[in-house]
Amino acid sequence: MPKDHGIGASSKRREDERFLTGVGNYTDDINLRGQAYVHFLRSDVAHGKINKVDTSAAEAMPGVVRIFTGADFDGVGGLPCGWQVTDKHGQPMQEPAHPVLAQGKVRHVGDPIAAVVAETAAKARDAAEAIEYDIDELPAVIDMKKAVQPDAPKVHDDLESNLCYDWGFVEENKPAVDEAFEKAAHVTTLELVNNRLIANPMEPRVAVGDYARATDESTLYTTSQNPHVIRLLMGAFVLGIPEHKLRVVAPDVGGGFGTKIFHYAEEAFCTFAARALARPVKWTASRSEAFMSDAHGRDHVTKIELALDADNNFTALRTDTYANMGAYLSTFAPSVPTWLHGTLMAGNYKTPLIYVNVKAVFTNTVPVDAYRGAGRPEATFQLERVIDKAAIELGVDPIELRRKNFITEFPYETPVAVAYDTGDYHATMDKLEEIADLSGFEARRKESAARGRLRGLGVNTYIEACGIAPSNLVGQLGARAGLYESATVRVNATGSISVMTGSHSHGQGHETAFPQVVADMLGIDESMIDIVHGDTARVPMGMGTYGSRSLAVGGSAMVRATEKVINKAKKIAAHLMEASEADIELKDGQFTVAGTDKSVAWGDVTLAAYVPHNYPLEDIEPGLEETAFYDPSNFTYPSGAYACEVEVDPETGKVTIERFAAADDFGNIINPMIVDGQVHGGIGQGIGQALLEGCAYDENGQLITGSYMDYAMPRADDVPFYQVDHSCQTPCTHNPLGVKGCGEAGAIGSPPAVVNAVVNALRSGGHDLTHIDMPLSPSRVWQAMNA
Amino acid sequence: MPEVTMTVNGKPASGEVEGRTLLVQFLREDLNLTGTHVGCDTSQCGACVVHVDGQAVKACTMLAAEADGAEVTTIEGMAAPDGTLDRVQEAFKEHHGLQCGFCTPGMVMSAAALLRDTPKPTEAEVREYLEGNICRCTGYHNIVKAIMAASGQEVSALAAE
Ligand code: FES
Ligand code: FES
Repeated sequence: MPKDHGIGASSKRREDERFLTGVGNYTDDINLRGQAYVHFLRSDVAHGKINKVDTSAAEAMPGVVRIFTGADFDGVGGLPCGWQVTDKHGQPMQEPAHPVLAQGKVRHVGDPIAAVVAETAAKARDAAEAIEYDIDELPAVIDMKKAVQPDAPKVHDDLESNLCYDWGFVEENKPAVDEAFEKAAHVTTLELVNNRLIANPMEPRVAVGDYARATDESTLYTTSQNPHVIRLLMGAFVLGIPEHKLRVVAPDVGGGFGTKIFHYAEEAFCTFAARALARPVKWTASRSEAFMSDAHGRDHVTKIELALDADNNFTALRTDTYANMGAYLSTFAPSVPTWLHGTLMAGNYKTPLIYVNVKAVFTNTVPVDAYRGAGRPEATFQLERVIDKAAIELGVDPIELRRKNFITEFPYETPVAVAYDTGDYHATMDKLEEIADLSGFEARRKESAARGRLRGLGVNTYIEACGIAPSNLVGQLGARAGLYESATVRVNATGSISVMTGSHSHGQGHETAFPQVVADMLGIDESMIDIVHGDTARVPMGMGTYGSRSLAVGGSAMVRATEKVINKAKKIAAHLMEASEADIELKDGQFTVAGTDKSVAWGDVTLAAYVPHNYPLEDIEPGLEETAFYDPSNFTYPSGAYACEVEVDPETGKVTIERFAAADDFGNIINPMIVDGQVHGGIGQGIGQALLEGCAYDENGQLITGSYMDYAMPRADDVPFYQVDHSCQTPCTHNPLGVKGCGEAGAIGSPPAVVNAVVNALRSGGHDLTHIDMPLSPSRVWQAMNA
Repeated sequence: MPEVTMTVNGKPASGEVEGRTLLVQFLREDLNLTGTHVGCDTSQCGACVVHVDGQAVKACTMLAAEADGAEVTTIEGMAAPDGTLDRVQEAFKEHHGLQCGFCTPGMVMSAAALLRDTPKPTEAEVREYLEGNICRCTGYHNIVKAIMAASGQEVSALAAE
């Protein structure tokens, strides 16, 4: 029987009522008295020297309050980067300055040149058009391999080159890896592109800055996955405002997928301008603006080589990747192609020797940073594609080749510095074969053929590292932050509870799932518990939501704080029942004394804590509120096996997804309904990457895909119903809930399944090809068939 | 500035607007009906769908002045006055048809219009009808399921979870 409450129940989401009736509170719904509006004048060239920005005519336009340019930010900090990667020679990466408004040069289409603050948004826009500026266009670098040529134009004149870093992992292993390749019975090589994507949460970014002169306090309302991180970065590094004078609020957030992790210029600008003008300043991105100012994702160009022995055991893996950083380093950009990518190259396989090289490159494009999966989809895609290619070359079954090389013993230390605690890769593959009905594939292929369609099957596995992250470890790896989480459990006198968590939801349903855990621990009704998040003034500290970390890290902090509450409540209960604390048990909201029929209810104890007439005042303080910080001791390692069946129309090259199945191991599950939804959404985005989406620049750095007219988002008729299963559960061994995280899996596991399936379909039609780069648009597939 | 008058969610509403003011701006900024969202500037995402004289309309493609005299229903007007959700809203909740909620008002308004014209749509009809509504969170699975459920069709066998 499925549970109907607490851990494991598909409790309906309590967020839904407000979202379904139009009374959610997103940042753009916030309007403050006296607010002015800002419009950013953005560069329309990819690279140029700013000779002059003349705002005088624009200043005279009706309704203009003030116009800011780069010069107004002299002496103000630039946007900081939160992760310093050390290159293969032991040198720190090259780290350019990133001014809030462009100073001296513009470096990508969309780089803000000036900011017009006016009484209305329309007036600000009108005035921006009246700014006269003179920019000498410079040659742009767009292609990464050209950007690292010695004679390439430099994105940053004060850096040595466009190479941010050249990273080798693990550098000491390289000779052994090379030697294994020399001895290999077979080597499979694949060159591929992991296409550049734009995250496109449906809510565009918004920032509202406010300033209270009476208290000298600044407040920023912003579309953020991690308001405390924004407070830290903006307060300490950009504007010099101490935490106690700076409040950051992220109310309901309309999707993020990584791109709302980062600290952006517009947030700093609105906070800065609100102080300068002593009135609120609001910015709402248009979608076109989002395309040229939200951090993009992926954009890797990779060569991967897999060495096998005569028995088809994987003996070594070697990769060579160019990773686009764009024009500036976004907040966590350097970590994505390195520590979130290189460490995952073992995948689900016991390959003993691995070497990963990554060259991160500056180009005249929008900064690139984490997008759902962040490094792990790039790792999974190349690994699962090269394995399929090896299976083709060796004439073996791709599933069998995978099974033969699966890691089967845990814990398992990979050669790329991580230790998987648990997993059962055969079990998820078995489950996949069942739910995807793989045995029925040949019959379905015949049926498709009868209709003139080529049917293909693609299968792959994935592993990810979630629950980011042990602070001491990431500190050694270059993180400039700790990655713990905090929670405060505040029990009120009547027994109701507010849980202040540093995690934040942008669609994941924390307000529903988190109370399920606390309710289970206390044996009280979920409706007595509310989650408070997204406000630095109400939540003491937090690192936010990304990397599938909220339950594994934030949930663990909440468990620890709840345990402290229980311990104290038991002391109070013992006093009330005149019993020994050691004999107190808590079940179904009742405290009992073991071996007796004495009991007091949850509410009696909480009331006593706040009305301490009969209370052990000499031993414990009144009140019932506890805080815990939880710093994980390891990453978590969700894994799974995915299968995609496609049909290809040989006349047009159009691919349709006929079936999609996902068997995941997320460890323990709190709310299966929400987990299903997370996987569905991830698969939808993965199919988008595989078939539809691709951010394109022309050679001059013009953004060709600048709106939904040109950037193909997945629509309802591009995708099928998905068959998802998470009944294979090997609980995480090192967090109290045994959870692993589920938010990114779908986006990580699905692109290789789609591409494997299309290649399989085309080969079944006699086309001797082994790879097509994403997105597999009809024209690309048609060209591949007719090459 | 011209004055516009319309009926919004059964109540009279009026205001002075610039000629270029879009219906969605009038709803959000003048009437403070912020349930209708803006997700794009090319009339593609459908976050702004409302009903104008019974037709589903993208409120970002219509000037406020064009809606002068019209009957407009927004997401705020979908539930009964006592708060009871309508069948589409209820089905979205029951089947987890929303995550971040940003596309949701437009999805619900589109779905309601579909079900009025096509009381028992097939899966393909639902998917095709939603061409103009983008959701980035759900992969559409539970949205399609919810709409079919709202139409009274049995959905438990559509795809196991
Ligand atoms: S805002 Fe109207 S379609 Fe996107
Ligand atoms: S629920 Fe987030 S965009 Fe649809």
